[in-house]
Parts: sequence; C-alpha cells; structure tokens
Amino acid sequence: MTAAAFGSILFDHPSGAGERDDPSMFGDLNLDQVFAAVAAGRDEYELMPVFRSPLREVRAVEYRHEILRDLEGTALSGAMTQFADGMREMRAHLVRVSKLRNRYQKERWFLDAARVYCQAVAALADTLAAVELGSRGFIAFRQYLASYTRSAGFTGLTADLARVTGLLGEVRYCVNIRGNQVKVTRYEGESDYGAQVQQTFAKFAENPVKDYRVDFRDWPDMHYVEERILGFVARLFPDAFRALDEFRTRHARYLDKTIWAFDREVQFYVAYLNFIAPMKAAGLEFCYPAVSADAKQIKAIGSFDLALAAKLMPRADVVVRNDFYLAGPERIVVVSGPNHGGKTTFARMFGQLHYLASLGFPVPGREASLFLPDRVFTHFEREEDLTTLRGKFEDELLRIRDVLDQATRDSVLIMNESFASTTLRDALFVGERVLDQMTALGLLGVYVTFVDELASLNEACVSMVATVVADNPAERTYELVRKAADGLAYAAAIAGKYGLTYRQLKDRLAS
Amino acid sequence: MKVFLMYPDRDLRLGQDLPPNEADLTSDLELNVLLRAMANADKFLFSVARLGLHSGLTHLEEIAYRQHVLADCIARPGVVDDLYDIAIEAISAERKIPGWILFRDSPESIVHRTQQLLKLYVDAFRRLRGVADAHAAGFRSQGFTRFFAMIAKELSDEYLAEVDAHVGELAFRRGTLLSAELGEGNKGTGYVVQRQPEQSWRERIAGRGRNKSAYTFTVAERDEAGMRTLSELTSRGLVGTASALGQSADHIRSFFEMLRAELGFYLGCLNLRERLIAKGQPVCFPDPVGPAPASAEHTRLSARGLYDACLALSLDERAAVGNDVTADGRQLIMITGANHGGKSTFLRSVGLAQLMMQAGMFVAAESFSASVSSGIFTHFKREEDATMEKGKLDEELDRMSAIVGQIKAGCLLLCNESFASTNEREGSEIARQILRALTEAGIRIIFVTHMYDLAGRQYATHDPAVLFLRAERRPDGQRTFRLLPGEPLPTSYGEDLYQQVFGSARTQARV
Repeated sequence: MTAAAFGSILFDHPSGAGERDDPSMFGDLNLDQVFAAVAAGRDEYELMPVFRSPLREVRAVEYRHEILRDLEGTALSGAMTQFADGMREMRAHLVRVSKLRNRYQKERWFLDAARVYCQAVAALADTLAAVELGSRGFIAFRQYLASYTRSAGFTGLTADLARVTGLLGEVRYCVNIRGNQVKVTRYEGESDYGAQVQQTFAKFAENPVKDYRVDFRDWPDMHYVEERILGFVARLFPDAFRALDEFRTRHARYLDKTIWAFDREVQFYVAYLNFIAPMKAAGLEFCYPAVSADAKQIKAIGSFDLALAAKLMPRADVVVRNDFYLAGPERIVVVSGPNHGGKTTFARMFGQLHYLASLGFPVPGREASLFLPDRVFTHFEREEDLTTLRGKFEDELLRIRDVLDQATRDSVLIMNESFASTTLRDALFVGERVLDQMTALGLLGVYVTFVDELASLNEACVSMVATVVADNPAERTYELVRKAADGLAYAAAIAGKYGLTYRQLKDRLAS
Repeated sequence: MKVFLMYPDRDLRLGQDLPPNEADLTSDLELNVLLRAMANADKFLFSVARLGLHSGLTHLEEIAYRQHVLADCIARPGVVDDLYDIAIEAISAERKIPGWILFRDSPESIVHRTQQLLKLYVDAFRRLRGVADAHAAGFRSQGFTRFFAMIAKELSDEYLAEVDAHVGELAFRRGTLLSAELGEGNKGTGYVVQRQPEQSWRERIAGRGRNKSAYTFTVAERDEAGMRTLSELTSRGLVGTASALGQSADHIRSFFEMLRAELGFYLGCLNLRERLIAKGQPVCFPDPVGPAPASAEHTRLSARGLYDACLALSLDERAAVGNDVTADGRQLIMITGANHGGKSTFLRSVGLAQLMMQAGMFVAAESFSASVSSGIFTHFKREEDATMEKGKLDEELDRMSAIVGQIKAGCLLLCNESFASTNEREGSEIARQILRALTEAGIRIIFVTHMYDLAGRQYATHDPAVLFLRAERRPDGQRTFRLLPGEPLPTSYGEDLYQQVFGSARTQARV
C-alpha cells in the first residue's frame, strides 16, 4: 500500500523561490543577527538557505501564513516540539549505531532509533487527526501521515519493535566479581544488600543526613570486559538476542523520506514562532501583513526593529514603536533629525519588514500592508576600506552605482547616512541625483540624511523627523513623525534649555 | 533511638537559633561569666550550656523533668562522666580511620571505611550496655530511667550480633555479587550488590541443588583497563549499599552527638554548682509557678538569699550579698535608692534566676519561687554607642522599639535606668507612657531608676500591683547592698559617692 503524495510544507508548488545572496543587506539590516537567533540550536536543519529565499508570489506567502496560523494553536505547537525532539533523539541514536563496534550495542541503538521514530510519527499523526486545521499544507500532510501510519510497512515495524523490546526488558542477570574472576549467571531472586543495611540501622535514622550516592557518568561505549559480559548474557538469553538480530536486518530502511523532509522544513516556522514568542509574551505585537506584488501604498502601525527588540527583552516598554505609510505617488521616506534619534533603527525596521514579509513571516507591528520586493538593497555608511585605496566618498558613489544598476521598480532600497563624509553642498548635490534616479525607477525606499532640503525634493519623497522631548531636548523619544524637516527646531529647543534663545538672551541682557 | 534527657519528648536542637534578644541578655546579665563557669574551658560545653540556658521552658513538667535528671547527675556524677566519655570516644572514632576526611569518594572506599567505623561503634554500644546494666537501678529520674531502658532494649545481645554479622560480611571476602539488567544500547545498568547468603561447607560440597548455568572468565592481572572496568562495575553496584552504610554511620554518630550534647548541659550544671558551693554560696532548685501570668493577681515572685551568681563567681573573697524579696501579686517592681547600692545586682539576680529556673537548673538563692515568663527582656543603660550613629536617646528608643516588637503578655522586662540619657522630665514622661502601656498589656516589669519624677509620682498612685524597693543606706552612709521595701526618696546618694571618689583624691593631691 503506497501513501498519498505530499509535496512540501514550505512551498505550495515546486520551486517556489530561488536562493539569493545579499551579504551586505543582511548585515546592514541586522537580519543576520535575527536569523542567527532564529536558527540557534537548529544547525542540523540547515535553515539558512530558506531564509535566503524570499517569495514574490502572494499565494506562496499566504500558503505560509495559513501554516503559521495553524502552528500558533497550542495543540499543534506542542506536537511539533515533541515530534522534533523525537526525530532529534532518533538521529542521535543512529549516530551511535554508526560509531559503536559491538554488534549487540549497534543493534540495540538501532532498535531504539526505530522505537523513537515510531513513537514520534504515531504521536504526530494522532495530534493532526484530532486538531482542526486551516492550512492547505497541514491538511495535505495529515492525509499523507494517516495513510503512512496505516501502511503495512509501518504497522509491521511497530509490532516487531514491541516484541523485541519486551524480550530484552525481561533480561536480568548477575555478575560475580572476585578479584579478576568474573562469573555471569541469570538472576535468581538474590536480595539487595543496601536495603538490608538500612533495615539494621533504621533505629538510628532520626534526622535526614547527607546523601552518599555518587553519580557515574554514562558512556555509550563499553569496555571489552563489559562486552564479554554482554556476550555471555546473550548466550544466557538466546531468544531475545536472536530477535534483535532479525529486527536489524528486516527494518534496515525504516525511515520515510517525506517525513524526514517535513521534520526539517517545519522548523522554519517553529523556529521563528519560538523566536518571537518571548517578545509577544512581553507585550510586543506581531501581525500577518497584507502583501501585494504590485501595490506600493504600504503602511505599518506600531512596528519596531526586530533585532533591537530581541536584544532588549524582556523589557518591552523600552522598545520604541513607529508608524509609517506611503500613499498615492509617495515612494521614499526621507528621514532627518537629531543624532541618536532613532533614524537608523527606523531605516532598518523598514527594510526588515519587507524582507520578513517576503519570507511569509508575521512582522513586528499591530497592522501592516507591505510590498513583496524582488530585492532589498542597502547603502549604509561604511568604515573606510584601506585595501581599495579609494576615498570614502568615492567608495560610496561606486557602491550606489552598483545598487542602482541592479535595482528595479520592484526593489526596496535603504540608504543610511549616505554621503555624510562629504560637504553639505556635495551631499545635497549627490543626494538630489540619487533620489531622482530612485524616483525614476519608482522603487520603495528610505533615505536617512542630515540634508533637510532632500526631504521635499519631489512628490515621491515624504519627510519624517526624529523627535525630542519638548522640554528636554537632550532626551530623545526615538519616535519619528511625518512632518517637514526643520533642523532649527531642535537647535532652538536645546538653546532654550540653557536660556540662550533670542528672547531669553534679550531678557537677560536687558536686566 | 532518642536520648531525650533534655526534654521528655524531643531532642535538644543543636543548630537552633538562640532567641533574638540573646545578645542583649548576655551583655546585660553578664551571662558569659556564668557560661564560662559551666564550660570549664571546654568550647563545646560552653555552646550547649548557652543553648540550654536559653531554653525558656514554660511548662512546669518540662522544668521538673530536667530538675530530676539534674538531681540524678548530682547524685551520681561518676556515671554521667562515663557516659559522656563513651559519647566523646564514639564521635572521634572516625578520626582513627585513615582517609576519613575525604568526604566524596568511591562507593568502595565508603564501604571499606564505614565497615571499620561500625566496628568501633559496636564497641561503644557494648560499653553503653555495660553502664546501663551496672547502674540503671540507681537512677530515679524519668529521663534516665527511660534512657537506660532504651539502651537495654535497642542494643540487645541479638542486635549487637546482627551488627557484627554485617561488619564481617561487608569485607566482601567472597567477592561482590551484582545484579543487573540491559540498559541503553544493551549496556548493563541498574547494578545492585546482592547479599550472598553464607553457605555452609556442606552446601558447598553438595554444589547447592540446581546447577545454574554460568559463564566465567578471567581478566589478566596486568590488564589495567580491564581491572578498572571491573572495579567500576563494583562501584556502581555498591552505590546503594555505600549510601545506606554512610547514612547509617551518620545516624549512629548523631545519636552519640546528641548524647554528648544533652549530657554536656548537665555536666555544665555540675561544674557551676561545684564552683558556687566551693565559694560557700547556696544553691537550690526553684519552685516555678505556671502558667505565665497575664495580670498582677497571678504573678508570683519570692526569694530568700537571692544573689547574682555571676557576681559571686567574679568576687575573689567576699561573698555575694543575698536579698530577700516578696513580690507576689506585683506586676511592677520599681527600685530606687543609693548608687552602688545593689540595685543593678538585684535586677540581674532576678533575671539570672528566672533564666536558670526556666532552663531546669538550680538557682543562686536559698529559696526561689516565681511565675514562669514567656520571655525575658532587658533594657539596660548602655555605654556610649561605639558607632556614634545615633544619639543616646535615639539608641535607647530604638532598642525599646525592638523589644516592643517581640514582647507579649507574660513576659518579664528588666529595665536598668532606662531613658536616663535625656533630662528627667522627658525621660520620666517617656518611661511613664511605656510602663503604663506595657503593664496593661500583661507584662511584668522590674524598673531600676533614679528619676524621682517617675518613681515618686508612681508611688503617689498607691497602686497595689506596684512594689517599691530601695537600696539600703545605713545612717552612717554605709551601703549594705540590700534592697528593702521603701518609697522613693527625692534625693539620691550621688553626693556620698562624689565625696568618696573626689574627696580622697583631693586629699591625696594635697599631700
């Protein structure tokens, strides 16, 4: 009996996405930190290639949204953890099988691997059968699993397992060690010495005393003396060990390919949900964004920098949330304002949101509508690279040229303090040119700059300003608001604090 | 097995906390002088004497229980010394075994050393039995009668033979017999040492019934790894037995420790008694009255020849002066009179007698009868606070506040010139309010004061629950250090003292 076909829990149809390599973008947006944290402890699943394969199709993203929504149910998430633990344990057993030399040891670990596998698969099938599922992916996988667990192969495997395990469990033997002489016999009802000692001295046992039990470290391998003992035990219990031999031969290829793949792929979701769980528990909101492959009227409410938030946990109150939207012809957010006012964080957040959305993940924020870009580009200020023997300004220009060569109307471009190393005049000049090109391409972007004039360059540009606390300009709110850039506002406020505004100076000088 | 010489139904808890006001009691009543006499330069005796002294027994039966045990000790000090020596020797037995100090060790060495230790403990058991068999008949107290009966029953000849058998078998001269089962990867697990029933030579020759199928092999003596494996298996098997043995030895040791501690308290009493009698000072068993009184009508306090035991111990030649007092039905005793007239000494003698009575000890008096108290508190004038953190009055009020936090009905409060650190009017007013509140709350107070404003006005109320005592001064100005009932006098005798000190000094200066 063959099982029903099942494709992948990651893709609604084959070859849904291609892997991309944008090393600078991952670093600039701190997505490398995010993915490292998401995949932490999950090296065996090789999730990185999946993180590097964003989706461009709305229905592929929705396929993942459905699966994630199912996984957010407690029944299913618990079952996934259990299943993953089981499969992991099974792999550890199989590694031992390959490393150990003793035949009876190898066979026993193999038996255990099969046991753990059967338990994990059966438990998962039971849970899937019992819970309500909404996703196409899980419904199809449930069907597959149901027919697999009913197949003759699987039922035969579990029956053999139970029989052999039972036989081995009944083995009890004695080892008499006298000097270098060892004698192995079957156990025949001898009595525990420790219990007898305890009984003799029970009359003194008034108060709890320290525990003399020492722990021994357990190694999977055996010394040959133990192997010899085991060899004799096998001879004392021939039926049990014959059954063990037969199991190994009969079930050498018990592992199912589809289940093996599912175990890896589902971790893509489980890992991310686990990563955001403590943030959600601390009060940060995540949402499934409405995604589009063509509409560029985007928005996000109450969003935040995921990498920064993860670091600030468990203090959700210090995580600054920001809103933004682009309406009509608006395409580029030009961010200005005081230093350390949250501008870079905002820029990263903008890039992260689009990338995370294209992986099909829920994104930071209460509500979001996002575009599925073909690429996300970044242009961040860099340390001077001495090996290239070029000036910093030149290097920056070369980099932006490369980006603009590759970018399309469907790209997202994040520019952070670009051209800050040059004069205001040059920065304005280059900035205008670059913004014009960006606008001409029609791509979505963020342009963080100290040049106020760029904020109102054309109708595609929207100005957002980092704000300060009104009566204490030294304190930042890290909130960005949509308003005209005005570097003077901040200067006036900080002057007022020290009594150095024009009016203040007039009054003070008057007296 | 319980010693139960301190309490009819429980152990002396060695690690227990002393009462929170222990430090104040120690310094105010100079308890260390008393404890040093009890300890006779033995640190351990000092600590159990201190623990015993602060017992604070309130049940008359418990006090009588100790008084009777102590009476037995006084009658047969030699036997008590013998018992104490046995306990000391048993406790130090483990020091005779090499390598005992290594507290964490292999199960084999624990078994080996404990086996040797048990041998020494069996000797101690036999000696205890010897003392019990020879002297039990001469003891009358409930405590000792029970103790000797327990020794005879629990350490019977049969029991001692059973322990002997263990000591013999634990040498494992016939090797160790381990039972085991198959664990992970078929590696032997659950090793437990089994008792090998002793076989008679006849059974051995007959081959003992059924022929067990057995496999044997020999590990070459020079095969170090092989021998090490055998010893590790043995170790694993011995864990349970070693733990049971180690704990049994600890329990036996605790029994001897308890015996030493409880006898130690009585030995301390004997030491103290010997010192006082040598000085020609009387001691007597007090007559406690219970329960702790919550009002004046039930309060009892009467004594003849009551003296300060600590002062008696410190005086080289002179005898301490004894006081007679009759204060039944008095909730407050107010003591006034001449400086250095014996007021503080009397206060201390009452406190000490009360403490000693409630520890089941004899007291320093010809006769003493008093209500038991639910706690003894002292509020004595202190020398300058070394830390200089607070003013003197602050310090006094702070201490009184701490006392008020702990004190309750039925307690006894001893005040020595409280609130004299401020002017008399203020001090009196503070004291008056405190006295009134505390006496109304059912607390007994003995208050030594110079403040006439306080004492005189109190006297004028003619409250029958208040007794006024005055330090006696003969018409020639000589002090007798006796206190007699008498109303407070408006002038103190500071002038006399001044004369005595400065007068002679001035005379000398002129010479």
